[in-house]
Amino acid sequence: MSQPQGWVEAGEIGDIEEEDVIRFDYGERTFAVYRTSDDKYYVTEGLCTHEKVHLSGGLVMGHIIECPKHNGRFDFTTGQVKKIPPCINIQTYPVQIKAGKILVKVD
Amino acid sequence: MTAKVQQRKDYSLTGPENEHARSQGLAEAQWYESPIPRKRLKELMKRKDGPAIRDTSIWLGLLGGSGVVAYFSWGAWWAISAFLVYGTLYSSPGDSRWHECGHGTAFKTPWMNEVVYQFASFLSLRPATPWRWSHARHHTDTIIVGLDPEIIAPRPPIYRIILMDYFRLHVGFRELKRIFWHCFGVIDKEEKEYIPPSQFRKTFWESRVYMLIFGAVAAACLLTGSILPAMFIVLPSFYGHFLVMVVGLTQHLGLYENVLDHRLNSRTFYTNRIIRFLYWNMNYHIEHHMFPMVPYHALAALHEEMKADCPKPSGSLWEATREVYMALKKQKTDPGYTIYRPLPETARPYKYGIEQAVETQNIEA
Ligand code: FES
Repeated sequence: MSQPQGWVEAGEIGDIEEEDVIRFDYGERTFAVYRTSDDKYYVTEGLCTHEKVHLSGGLVMGHIIECPKHNGRFDFTTGQVKKIPPCINIQTYPVQIKAGKILVKVD
Repeated sequence: MTAKVQQRKDYSLTGPENEHARSQGLAEAQWYESPIPRKRLKELMKRKDGPAIRDTSIWLGLLGGSGVVAYFSWGAWWAISAFLVYGTLYSSPGDSRWHECGHGTAFKTPWMNEVVYQFASFLSLRPATPWRWSHARHHTDTIIVGLDPEIIAPRPPIYRIILMDYFRLHVGFRELKRIFWHCFGVIDKEEKEYIPPSQFRKTFWESRVYMLIFGAVAAACLLTGSILPAMFIVLPSFYGHFLVMVVGLTQHLGLYENVLDHRLNSRTFYTNRIIRFLYWNMNYHIEHHMFPMVPYHALAALHEEMKADCPKPSGSLWEATREVYMALKKQKTDPGYTIYRPLPETARPYKYGIEQAVETQNIEA
């Protein structure tokens, strides 16, 4: 099934447990796809803005992703830094669920 | 006869070893991770307030109680032991709480971590902001010479400094000097290597607050004509430091430098409940470094998950200390001497450098 312009499939909803995150690579780029405990989906860039560490190894707590390296925190719904060491917010991307698929607007 | 001259590497962050480590790809590199199913890791990473509230209450209760006893002992012969107990309860949990709350893993509630972090930073005389960044760097580049600011002893070791630091007389005075200069807006060049400029202001203001407390304690000493106030605040960071140093020495010394596998450069040892309480389980040091998101209260369980992939832990604090001193003694004449600990058959091979990247992320249950 072809996706609307700029949207790519990042997986199926069953791929992520509740309150968890997975990694999604698209070409050279890498993203983190989140599922909250109330079944909402969000996507941010995949690497922490502190040092290039994959956030998919981190811990999801509510709307917070904690980076596995130095425990920096971001609100993945807004991209805002919530705890240093990261000083730069993280990029977020629009998401939609269609027929059980997680679609991300990467451009 | 020619004298044997030992060349000591430059352990500063601004010397040639910094460039060397970077050119070797050792800076901000990808480190080995033991394979733990994601589901289990998530359980282990789970945050709780309960254990840290309990432990902090016990700690503060003991600290207060020993303080009262020490106060009434003043002038008597047993004041020495009373203050040693007070100082140890001030410094040792001060250090371990500083550490764990700095990671933000001790409590589930962020403000609780922050309050205890600020308090413990003062007790352990590790100003909150500079040490937050120093420790982040220590986790990024653990025991990479020229990058890690928290390497306790170079090779060959300098015994004079090690002995001084049982009472924090080397690192402690360096810290006091830094605090003094921070008050005037000056950061030394080592600190500039890991503290981002956006954090300088905070660093300066923290040091000014520390200086005010030092001043208040000094004034109290002058007013009372006694050193007693300082025996309760500030000086315990020095005279109570012994145990911090004893456990601190076991963390990495005698093991590898410049590798990308915490199993090679960190030491886990078994110990009793009292040390584990004071040290907040940092005897599981390989485990902590490999998975810093796992709170102190889950490290014993993490150890069970990982031990088939790790070298055999030292059997006790004494055994770990003896191993460290035997290695230091050998490094005195052979700086390259390193303890090699074989892995069990169930383990994956060690990762010595970047060429041995092992993909372990996202292992399924
Ligand atoms: S790499 Fe993410 S907090 Fe440091």
